[in-house]
Order: sequence, then structure tokens, then C-alpha cells
Amino acid sequence: MNRALRFAPLAVLLLIIVALVWRLATPVDTTVHSKLEGKPVPVFALAAALPGKPTVSSADLATGHPRLVNVFASWCVPCISEVKVLQSLKESGVAIDGIDIRDRPVDLANFLGRNGDPYQRIGSDPQSGLQIALGSSGVPESFIVDGKGIIRYQHIGAITQSDVPMILSKLERAR
Amino acid sequence: MRWRLVALALIVATPLLADSNLPPAYWANRQLPDSRQEAKAQALMAELRCLVCQGQSIADSDAELAGDMRDLVRRRIAAGEKPSAIRSWLVQRYGTWISYKPTAEPAAWPLWLAPIVLLLIGAWLIRRRIRLKTSS
Amino acid sequence: MIAEAGLAALWLAAGLAAYQFLLMILALRSDLEVARPMRAIAVVQGLLTLISFAMLLLVFARTDMSVALVFENSHSAKPFIYKVAGAWGNHEGSMLMWVTILAVAGAFVALFSRRTSERTLVAGLGSQAVLALGFYAFLLIASNPFARLFPAPPDGQGLNPLLQDPGLAFHPPTLYLGYVGLSVAFSLAVGALLTGEVDSRLARAMRPWVLGAWVLLTLGITAGSYWAYYELGWGGYWFWDPVENASLMPWLAATALLHSINVLAARGALKAWTMMLAVIAFSMSMVGTFLVRSGILTSVHAFAIDPERGTFLLALLAIYVGAAFTLFALRGATLKEGAPFELVSRESGLVINNLILSVILGIVFLGTLYPLFVEAVSGEKLSVGAPYFNEVAGPLALVLAVLVGIGPLLSWRRQRRPVLKQLTVPALLGATALAITIILSPDIAILPRLGFTVAAFLAAAAILPLIGRNPLRTPLATWGMVVAHSGIAVALFGMGANAAFTSERLAVIKPGEQLTVGPWTVELNAVTPTAGKNYTAIEAELRATRGEGVVTLKPQTHYYSDPPTETNESAIQTFWNGQLYTVVGKSDPSGGWQVRLWWKPFVTLIFAGGALIAFGGALALLGRLWRLRRAREASAEWHRRGYA
Repeated sequence: MNRALRFAPLAVLLLIIVALVWRLATPVDTTVHSKLEGKPVPVFALAAALPGKPTVSSADLATGHPRLVNVFASWCVPCISEVKVLQSLKESGVAIDGIDIRDRPVDLANFLGRNGDPYQRIGSDPQSGLQIALGSSGVPESFIVDGKGIIRYQHIGAITQSDVPMILSKLERAR
Repeated sequence: MRWRLVALALIVATPLLADSNLPPAYWANRQLPDSRQEAKAQALMAELRCLVCQGQSIADSDAELAGDMRDLVRRRIAAGEKPSAIRSWLVQRYGTWISYKPTAEPAAWPLWLAPIVLLLIGAWLIRRRIRLKTSS
Repeated sequence: MIAEAGLAALWLAAGLAAYQFLLMILALRSDLEVARPMRAIAVVQGLLTLISFAMLLLVFARTDMSVALVFENSHSAKPFIYKVAGAWGNHEGSMLMWVTILAVAGAFVALFSRRTSERTLVAGLGSQAVLALGFYAFLLIASNPFARLFPAPPDGQGLNPLLQDPGLAFHPPTLYLGYVGLSVAFSLAVGALLTGEVDSRLARAMRPWVLGAWVLLTLGITAGSYWAYYELGWGGYWFWDPVENASLMPWLAATALLHSINVLAARGALKAWTMMLAVIAFSMSMVGTFLVRSGILTSVHAFAIDPERGTFLLALLAIYVGAAFTLFALRGATLKEGAPFELVSRESGLVINNLILSVILGIVFLGTLYPLFVEAVSGEKLSVGAPYFNEVAGPLALVLAVLVGIGPLLSWRRQRRPVLKQLTVPALLGATALAITIILSPDIAILPRLGFTVAAFLAAAAILPLIGRNPLRTPLATWGMVVAHSGIAVALFGMGANAAFTSERLAVIKPGEQLTVGPWTVELNAVTPTAGKNYTAIEAELRATRGEGVVTLKPQTHYYSDPPTETNESAIQTFWNGQLYTVVGKSDPSGGWQVRLWWKPFVTLIFAGGALIAFGGALALLGRLWRLRRAREASAEWHRRGYA
């Protein structure tokens, strides 16, 4: 058996160890990111989530000004604290639209009554159809959509107080 | 430690905390009336990865989002859409990660070439072990 | 005291392992006599580790809450049998079990191995001790199972009822006995590479160990597969999950090793390949242990431990496998192979068998780690799952199954009798099966169709080695081979039937309504609330009939509160030609209930086939051990009578 052949297994082992060391050093990121960053928002038109509250459609997201689209639900626990942060964003002049996942009007109304309503519009997504179309995989998530209807940024998880400066700057850049 | 057991328990059981108040989507747990379409839908569902599970396809996951995806697949197949089109649509949104069957992109070529390459390497390794000409 | 005794025993065992290693180095360099106490020390090391493990079992049996591990994994209200099983249902305890099996295997080799030269045995025992040493260090430094907790809390945390399942409790020990049993092959191979004595004697010494470990691995994997089948509620039995693959890879390597050993034993050939396979088999066991405990793979089966422990295990892996591969690279030149084999001979058949098994192993390995490689290189995330493995490994496995039918008929050295004539009947059976599937079921996929064809062929071909021989004079090892190969045919048939003929029915129905699934008509009678010791449940009563007689099935959904989870307990009824598998799900606002029904023809054959394969291996092992004992008795008798 020639030399190269006898040392081949060792070489393969080395490659594998290097790969495993890399993996140990950079832990697995199990969040699934949407691939639509930089792409236009898919065409959609949701039903109203609450009677009297305007609903969201893709046309509303291409009005010339950037908007924050928040994917949330009344049964989502982290959304409760996120609403307060969204309120402060709203007071800073951010236009926020909500996509309500798998929810009933009565539960949504209770949720907004208890926690406040930062949304200009809320659309109902009872079977996660739009959530899937956006490449979102859970609640809460937020998308920054610019004036031309292009998705510029996906924020996975609740927006916390410390995220606010970053969100505001991204909204600025999306003008 | 207990983490393994908790993680294992999670595929056996569904945590109730993360559930909405709505029932599963209509086609999440019903079969399409046309058995050919249902077969196509089943085959596609076995290839799509559940977004919120620890390594399961949407075909046998109890998670709500998996149910919604099954509903989406069935409705679109019933409407006549091809499985490959549905898969590409999902890959456009979530990336190749969502397909358990490696797609035809260059990053996946080594996977499909591997069996042939491995067989050739093996054949070359044993070439001197077997006398191809029969001795008299 | 008990815990401290266990810890002390572990330290002592580690000390002895270090001493064994030292003795080996000294003996191989200078005088073999130095290693005279080696066997005894190996036995004592095994005993000490056994004592340590027994102490762990004892603290769990007594639910001693002052031991941190017991607090985390047990509870006073747990049934006794699960309290004890809780000892190995966690990282530290299962690592202690791992090292116990390692040390006890070494002890058995020291007690019973007489075939290798003393030199190779010393080298082998030394290698086994080195293996154990690394894991002792891991336990004592980073995963102490006997750590105390002061003050001792009143009760424990480990009362998750989902984990109190006989399958979950007893599946690990069987698998571990298999994984770690392969360490003997590894150590003997390393020992033989060190002493340069790679020959048929070595093969015959290694064979019973490989057979034993392989039988246990087969059983462990089959049992795990059946557990997943009835517990997960969707009727699947193999998911190509990374951790499942981690258990399959040692098995594939061990199967190839088993057959390669036969060539080395019979012809003194395939030295390099056999040694490499022996090293790879246990390496795969270690890779599996690392993958499961490091948290680097996304899998429902994975332990998640801190990266520090993962790094320790990776370091052990790198050192052990690296050292073995380096030894192979350096000593490989001395492994002289003999003349090439004739094309049509049993040796060639086994070489090709090895080749295909190795390719399948390579594919499973590549598929499992490929997403990691791609992400490391390009940052892209892709998934490799069942569709890939089934499409690639499936056809290869079928080709292998055909060869399994032909190989045993070939003679060593050169085939004299025409073998094709013998295969006419099996070939006809295969063709008939193919024709039947084409006529009766034109719509099934190609892979199951070929599965049936090959199963029919193999079922007939596997028995051929017995034909024309006196059953009582046929060696037990041959019977074992026939049974194991027939088991493959049985499992193939079951897999084909499951893939092609499973009928599935998913619907939402109200009590009083009926569904059909396959030949069955199933009526939902009632859905009643019920409760168990620590759960509330709803139970559906289903009445099923397919002509005569009605069968009642009662699937349930359990709701637990701590943590809040729900599980589906399927209700399965087994018949001669299949299983009726029923699950009840959630209720619908319309008043209906989600019901999932499957009629799975011949699905039990999959698991029966696996059990048969293991049984065949056990027969072969018994046969070899018996023959060995008789040979030793005969040789002792000769010596006694004065014939040297």
C-alpha cells in the first residue's frame, strides 16, 4: 500500500476535526431567517382583524414612507412587553402595522385593551398564510419595509428597549 | 443531562404554552379527496422541514405552524400547482434549509456525486485484490 | 458514603488503567515479563468500575437526594424500576456506564482471550486501558456523577412522566453494550498493529467480540426503531435523524468488519481493510457519543451540554482516532497482502460486500455532516434528510441484498461448482414477485417494487447453504448466517409493504361516524375523558371491522401539567398480515375529533427481521464459542494423554 493511501484516513480525520472544532466555536443558530430581505413584499390583502380598525395590504406598504410591520398574536407571551416598546416607537413617529397570527377578534381586543394599541392597521392571518409568505417562522417578528415596498430588515424576536436606536436608524436608512 | 430527555420529550409531546386559541387549519389534518393529489402532497410534505421543530418534516409534526404549512401545501396541490413550484416558493422565503431533499444547486452537487465517487474510489482500492482474468 | 465509595473506586480504576498503560509501554520496549500482572490488573480495573457503577445504581435506588445527579434526575414518587434506570438516563450516569462497559470488556478479554500471542494481548489490554483512561479523566474532571449537594433538598426534579417508558429506559444499555463492545476490536487491532501480528489468529480472537457487540447493536437499533414507531404517533420507524445515523454508522462498520474478519481468519488476507474497519467501528461509536452530547447537531435525541464538555470529548476523539490512524499509516507497509483473489470466489464476494457497506457508511456520514461543512465554508444552511438517504442508500442496500444471496454459495479460493444453477430457483422467485407486483400493484414506487423482488430472491437464496447438508451436522455458525440473511429478506419485505401498501386516513369525525382505511371500516364510538396518576386524558373508542369480528381500539391523548404538554398514545392492534394503528387528536369546533388511522400490512416484519438478524448473529456467536470450547477440551485431552 503506498504512502499516500496510508495517510489518507489521517488527512480526512483532520478535515473532520477542523470542521467540528469550528462548529463548537460558532454555536448553531437555530433561528430561521427570511430570505426576502432586499426583495419586495409579496402581494397580499388581509381581512380586518378588528371591526373598525383598518386592515393591511401590500399596497399600504409602498406609500413612500418606511413602515414597521409587526408579526404578533394575543397568545404570544413576549409580545406583551414588546407592545410597550412599540408604543414608544409610535410616539417617535414610526408607522406600525400589525399582522395578527391565528387570533380571534375578542382575544385581540382584550390584548390591545390590556396592553395598548400601537398599530395603525391590523390584518388577520388566521392560518399563518402571510407569515409563511414573508418567510417568518414565529412570533414576534418585525419587518422594516421601505417606501417602495422592499423589505429592508427582519427582526426576529421581540423588539426590546435596547433595540430601539438600531430600529430607528434602520428606518432612517430606509427612507 | 436532563436536556436530552426534555428535548426528546418535546417530539413526543407538544408544549401547550406556545399554542394559539384557534383550531388547526382545515387541511392540516384532513386528506385531499383525490388520492393522487394527496399522494403528491404527502410526498412533498415529507420533504419540507418543520420551522419550529428539532429536525422533523412537516408531515409528522404536531406543531401548529407545521399544520398551517400542510394546509398550504394541500390547498395549492388541490389548485393544481406542481410540488416543485411550491417547494421553490418556500425556498425563496426560507432558503434551501427548508428542503430536506438537497436541491439541484451547486452546493448540493457533492452529495449527489458522492455515491459514484465513493464507489469509484472503492473499486480503485480493491483493483489489485481481485484477479479479473481467470487463471487456468 | 456510598457515593464517595463509588468515586473512590473510579479513581482507583483510573490509576490502574494508567498503570496498565505504563506496563504495556515497558513490556513492548523491553521484556514481556514485565507485563505479567497485566491480566490481573485488567480484571481488577473492571471490577472497580463495576463497583463504582453499582454505587451509582444504589444511590438512585435509595433516592439519595444529597447526590446532585439524583436530585436532578429522580423523585421519590418515581416507580422503582425507573429510579434505577434514571441512573443512566443522564449525561454523567451514561458516561459512567460507558466507561464501566469499557473496563469490564477489558477484564473479559484478559480472562478469556487465549488465541492471540501474549505480546499482542498485552498491547491490546494496554490500548483498552488507554481508551478507558481518557474517559475516566472526562468523568473525574468534567462530569462527576457523584457530586454532592448540600443541603440535601427534600425531593428531586426528575418526575417527567414522559420519560417513564420501558423503551426509553432500557434502550441505552443495549446500545451502549454494542457501541462500547466494539472497543475490543479497536484495542486488539491497535495492539496487533503495535506488535506487527496481524494475522488469522488475530481475526479469530477478535471475531466473538465483534459478533457480540454487533448482535447487541442490532437489537438496540431495532428496539429503538420500534419504540419510535409506536410512540411518535405517525407510524414512521426511521427518520435519518443525525443521532439515529450516529447509531447506524458503527453498525455498518461493524457489519463490514464482521465479514472482513472472516476473510482474514480463513485466508489471512484483507489485513489492512480489517484493521481499518476495526478502528473505524469504534471511532464511529465515539463520534456518535460526541455528536449527541456536544449540541452541535439539531436533533430531538441530542443531549445539550456545555461546549466545554463537547471540546473535551472532541479532544479525546482526536487523540484516539488520530493515534490509531497514525499507527495504521506507519505500520501499514508491514501488512503484506497475499495473492489476489479469483473473481468468482467467496473472498471476492466479501470484498465487494465490504465495498458496498463502506460506501453506504460513507454516504450516511457525509449526509449527516454535510450541512455542517457547507455552513463552515460558505455560511449557507442546507438540510439533508430522509429523501436524500432513501434515494441514495436504498438502491445500494438492494444491490447488497442481492449479493448477500449469492456470496455464501461461493467457495473459498475458487468457485468450482456452477453457482448460477443453484440460483435458478431464487431468481425465478424474484422474477415472479416482480411480475406479481407489476400486475397487482402497477402504481407503487420503484424502490418498494424492487424491495419485494430482492426479498423474494434472498428469502430463497439464503437457505441454499443448508440444502443437501445434514441439519444436525451443519455448524451452528452456518445456521446463524442463514437465519441472519433470511432476517434481511424478512425486513426488506416488511419495508416494501410498509412503503407501498400503507393506507392512511386522516379525518375529523363525530361519534357515530365511520371511516374506511384499507380493508377496514372504523367507527368512532365515543370520546370520553379519563385520567391517570399524573395526567388527564381523552380516550376515543374505535370499533374496527373488516368482515368478521369487531376489534376495539382506544387511543388516548394525555395532558400533563408539569411541564404542560400533551402526548398521543396510539392504539395498535396486530394481525397476522399487518397492524391497525390509530391515534386521536384534538377536537374540532364543529364537535368532531381529529382521528388518524393507518392500516400497515406486514409492518411487524420490519422489526421481526431485525430481531432475526440479531438472533442469527447470536447463533453464530454461540456456534463459534462452542466450537472453541470443544477444541480446547480436545487439546487439553491430547496434552493429558501425552500427545503434545
